[in-house]
Amino acid sequence: MKTIEPEQIVETAERLRWQVPHNARDRWVELVYGEAARIAGRNVMQNGESRRLPWERKLDWILTSRWTGIPVMIGLFALVLWITIIGANVPSGLLASLLVDKGYLGLKELAAAAHFPVWLSGLLFDGMYLTTAWVVSVMLPPMAIFFPLFTILEDFGYLPRVAFNLDNLFRKSGAHGKQALTQVMGFGCNAAGVVATRIIDSPRERLIAIITNNFSLCNGRWPTQILIATVFLGSLVPPVLAGVTAAGAVLAVALLGMGLTFLTAWLLTGTVLKGEASTFSLELPPYRPPRILRTLYTSLIDRTLIVLWRAIVFALPAGVAIWLVSNVTVGGVTIAHHLIDGLNPVGVLLGLNGVILLAYIIAIPANEIVVPTILMLTVLSTGMTGVGEQGTGVMFETDDGSLLKLLATGGWTTLTAVCLMLFSLCHNPCSTTIYTIWKETKSVKWTTLATLLPIGFGVLLCGAVAAVWRAVQ
Amino acid sequence: MSDCTSGNCGTCQPAVLERLGLKTDRWDFVVALAGNPNTGKSTIFNALTGLRQHTGNWPGKTIARAEGGFSFREKQFKLVDLPGTYSLLSASPDEEVARDFILFGKPSVTVVVVDATRLERNLNLVLQVLQITDKVVVCVNLMDEAKAHGLTVDCRGLARDLGVPVVGTAARQEEGIDDLLQAVFAVASGATVCNPYQLKYEVPGLRGAIETLAGMLRRAFPAVKQESWIALRLLEGDARIVDAVKARAL
Repeated sequence: MKTIEPEQIVETAERLRWQVPHNARDRWVELVYGEAARIAGRNVMQNGESRRLPWERKLDWILTSRWTGIPVMIGLFALVLWITIIGANVPSGLLASLLVDKGYLGLKELAAAAHFPVWLSGLLFDGMYLTTAWVVSVMLPPMAIFFPLFTILEDFGYLPRVAFNLDNLFRKSGAHGKQALTQVMGFGCNAAGVVATRIIDSPRERLIAIITNNFSLCNGRWPTQILIATVFLGSLVPPVLAGVTAAGAVLAVALLGMGLTFLTAWLLTGTVLKGEASTFSLELPPYRPPRILRTLYTSLIDRTLIVLWRAIVFALPAGVAIWLVSNVTVGGVTIAHHLIDGLNPVGVLLGLNGVILLAYIIAIPANEIVVPTILMLTVLSTGMTGVGEQGTGVMFETDDGSLLKLLATGGWTTLTAVCLMLFSLCHNPCSTTIYTIWKETKSVKWTTLATLLPIGFGVLLCGAVAAVWRAVQ
Repeated sequence: MSDCTSGNCGTCQPAVLERLGLKTDRWDFVVALAGNPNTGKSTIFNALTGLRQHTGNWPGKTIARAEGGFSFREKQFKLVDLPGTYSLLSASPDEEVARDFILFGKPSVTVVVVDATRLERNLNLVLQVLQITDKVVVCVNLMDEAKAHGLTVDCRGLARDLGVPVVGTAARQEEGIDDLLQAVFAVASGATVCNPYQLKYEVPGLRGAIETLAGMLRRAFPAVKQESWIALRLLEGDARIVDAVKARAL
């Protein structure tokens, strides 16, 4: 028997392919399904009534019906945000007084006792330590509440229901329904959300999902939103309503992000990424009782601590950068002052200020450190002094009331707060996400678009809001 | 077995799971975890490796494949968590990853995790996996959920029908993990020889073509076992399989 060359087999397959009836594959799949049904029927017994199904059906009806699905979804997110804001207030203050007030002073005294040179103690404690302490006290409490709540919803099986509710909107804007899942992932981390778009088969819809993922507020930006909303918008109303108002404002920004996602998808579909939305089937998994303790543990380890660690890793060098720009002088004025003065006109046009823009430049590596950077730079630029010889780049008071005073001294108004919240939603993705987008698309063009498009929206939005606001006043 | 309590008598060796996390530098056996989305594959992966791969109750959570290790009865196992798929027949990237790993990665054992409450649909994948490899353990997970739904799954009956070991588990409660390990060990070490139920391609017009190609494949690659399945993929024009045949990499 003569041997057979592989090429012969492939050629034969190509020839035979045309002789096989076109429905043969479907017939084969039917055969498999029929056999699976037969085997399952023989080995599964239903004894008595199911204890689960009736209430699962009722719950699904409430969570996914045409009329109640989306309101319930918005209500649930609002509740999660409200619990986070109310719950984070007290521990945030405690941590700040411990790490920033007591810890910082203690370290400075130690440095003085050990005769550290001024620049060294400045770099180590005024720069690195203080920024890091700020990141921890501002970010840890909201994250330690928000992530477990979110994970419990995820564990329970709510996320596919969200996808189900939003599917229609995504389809109408020309995107893939599975994008609902990747957008929700983006609420945790945009880099993770971008990787998750691999579940979308069509390259066109996957690109849309990648480009718009940044409109999901990531966990680096939640604390910014929550803090600014609490400090500024919460103080506009009586204390009883403060939590609700702040939660409402954050929710509005998050919903605006969803709106921008649909708008961007629709714009892309009409222009550079033309095409039809492809169909898919989404399985609504059964509800499972969330394992509360396990969820608390894993969300604390997987999300809170990892995100916090990332923030700290980026905060350390940023602290050095902040200390350097605020202490190295050129022509008698610090570098920071030069930069802030230079950026201020643009900032004011956008309802922001030079400090905020400089903070966004220093904080490009990670969104998490934007707020601490803003606070440090504000202290510096307003010439407020703390205790200690050099004073600049240092601050002590951290509870909300004095934070408001501090920022007001820096020239902040309600407009600044609103525009900062909008800008925090719409600016370039963090460096990790940009790198991830490049890795997933391998395209400079799409990476650039995904990076610049949100800034474009941010500039337009903030500029428009500032213009209207000033016209009305 | 049940009379033995010391665990040192030789009939039953001490069966202690040692979780090795990410340490997978050397291994004796490779175990692949396949299954429909949302059947608890990642939970089982975590229970075996001690890793904390993020689990979530929604389909499509695991996109790439994750790897971890564990040690059982002095053998090192490398565990590969494949993306969840409903079938192995389509061209989507996640199904390709799963299909290619089972075929080309040549795992010592493929554990197919199925949802006890949705057995009928899940068995489709099991039947497709059995076409590709005979070293299979079926893990009927979410037995606790099935109980709550008033369902009883006859694992022994399933094992008889499928010709491979079938183990019931409730991985979220860590129930049945020991039985699963025993079954995996038995198949990997060759103590259990599977006799998988393989569907014949009884479709008019298809069977003849497959037989012709399978015959050629058997002559060209005597060591290959799943020639009928490869023939089907060739007829479908699966580029990976065509390349593998051309490169003699089967």
